Amino acid sequence: MIEFRLPSLGAEMEDGTLLEWCVKLGDRVKKGDVVAVVDTSKSAIDVEIWQEGTVEELVLTPGDKVPVGTVMMRLREASEAGAPAATNPAAAPSPAATAPARPAAAAARTAPPTTAQRPAESPKAAAATPVAGAGERQRASPSARALAHELDIDLATVAGTGPHGAITREDVEKVAASRKATKEAPGSVATTKPRLEAPAATAGGAPVRAATPVERSLAMRSAIAAAMARSKREIPHYYLATEVPMQRITRWLAARNAGKPITERVLMAAPLIKAVALALRKFPELNGYYQNGSFVAGEGIHIGVAISLRQGGLIAPAIRDVADTDLDELMRRLANLVSRARALSLRSSEMTDATITVTNLGDQGVELVQGVIYPPQVALVGFGKVTDRVRAVDDGAIAVMPAVTVSLAADHRASDGHRGALFLAEIARLLQSPESLDVAADKIMK
Amino acid sequence: MDEPTLRKTVFDTLRRIAPEVTPADLEPAVPLRDQVDLDSMDWLNFLIALHEKLGVDIPESDYQKLVTLDDVMGYLKARCG
Repeated sequence: MIEFRLPSLGAEMEDGTLLEWCVKLGDRVKKGDVVAVVDTSKSAIDVEIWQEGTVEELVLTPGDKVPVGTVMMRLREASEAGAPAATNPAAAPSPAATAPARPAAAAARTAPPTTAQRPAESPKAAAATPVAGAGERQRASPSARALAHELDIDLATVAGTGPHGAITREDVEKVAASRKATKEAPGSVATTKPRLEAPAATAGGAPVRAATPVERSLAMRSAIAAAMARSKREIPHYYLATEVPMQRITRWLAARNAGKPITERVLMAAPLIKAVALALRKFPELNGYYQNGSFVAGEGIHIGVAISLRQGGLIAPAIRDVADTDLDELMRRLANLVSRARALSLRSSEMTDATITVTNLGDQGVELVQGVIYPPQVALVGFGKVTDRVRAVDDGAIAVMPAVTVSLAADHRASDGHRGALFLAEIARLLQSPESLDVAADKIMK
Repeated sequence: MDEPTLRKTVFDTLRRIAPEVTPADLEPAVPLRDQVDLDSMDWLNFLIALHEKLGVDIPESDYQKLVTLDDVMGYLKARCG
């Protein structure tokens, strides 16, 4: 049995409201399927699942507002053949019945499928709500594993909110905290009552709806306030900036676009983002998260792109594996992401996967960005406006040429200014050889 | 296409990207992107939508000619016959 919980869709997210289920009882779901639409303060998000199974029980009803980590639904794993009929309440397993007792859980990972359905050995086990069932490989960061071991928490009982459902150190801490809370106050998060029939209306009979623009705008303001206040409170930022000549790449991009229909032209934002991704391969300490006292490198280079919303506020969803993406594909993904962000139609992985953020405020005409890092990330790269500038060139001559100021705000706990400076120099170097940005990185690097 | 139809098409396209815009408030001779908060992605989408609705090809080298609403109208009129 798999328990699917409300994932955290951003550093500042504490709860979410289920707007609708995209699956029904008996549906088979596979990795990457969108199972529900959840309203957060920032946006209505299509929540994806990273496990496979058959929907056995929809615990939440549209309209329910619940904290992160709450069980949303239960799934029967593909390997659990002949499980009881999903619609029969008597046969529906209770949380206690599906919870392997802690000592057995480690074995359950490699044990035959039936082990997971063994009744709990003690009622206490109900508090340790399992997420991963039999036969499932548990992805977890090294520091999450270490902490889980330290606190005697089985990883099989932890809902992963990292990339592809990987368990992060924070996830382990949440379980530790909720156990404590459950002990102190029975009836909290871990003991949501199962509901088999899910009427598409709230208890009051009002239809479920997403937040109005005004409500969303207020909620987004407070979400940004929380994340940015945390950033400035916790992260010792350092700031660096350098001017990058843009003559070559501007000409190169114009020539590249000249032969293409308007629908296939690439904006400068794409090569800028690509240069950041390629540079990050040499500076992994800027790509990842700082959590609970240590830096955890990102599992890939997934760049969060800061997108301002017309009604105010901003959102920074991720483009995955940017270094391995060529410019045409990167432009398509960027355009798609921007339009979906503005239409408030993003997927949960896009909200959580970013390992760094890039902001391009040059469109608004400013030359220099001094960014605020989006926690738990450790760096933010800013591009200002490309403007004609007077520069000294060889032999003491001066010339007018387009240039951009690229800046770095980085977490001094994870990296030092010296490396940050080299990182900016690498971005500058890459932008001087635009051809190198145009291919998928796996083809140019061995 | 006559001018009122063309103007309506341009406004409708603009409002799809910037729904808060009131056409009557736009100054025809002031740079459009200064009046309406359009970033480069919005601007590209605006031009793509015009290209798709009107069948006008807009080479990138012509972008610099399209600054004000008057510029856009003049450019499209000359190419829509």
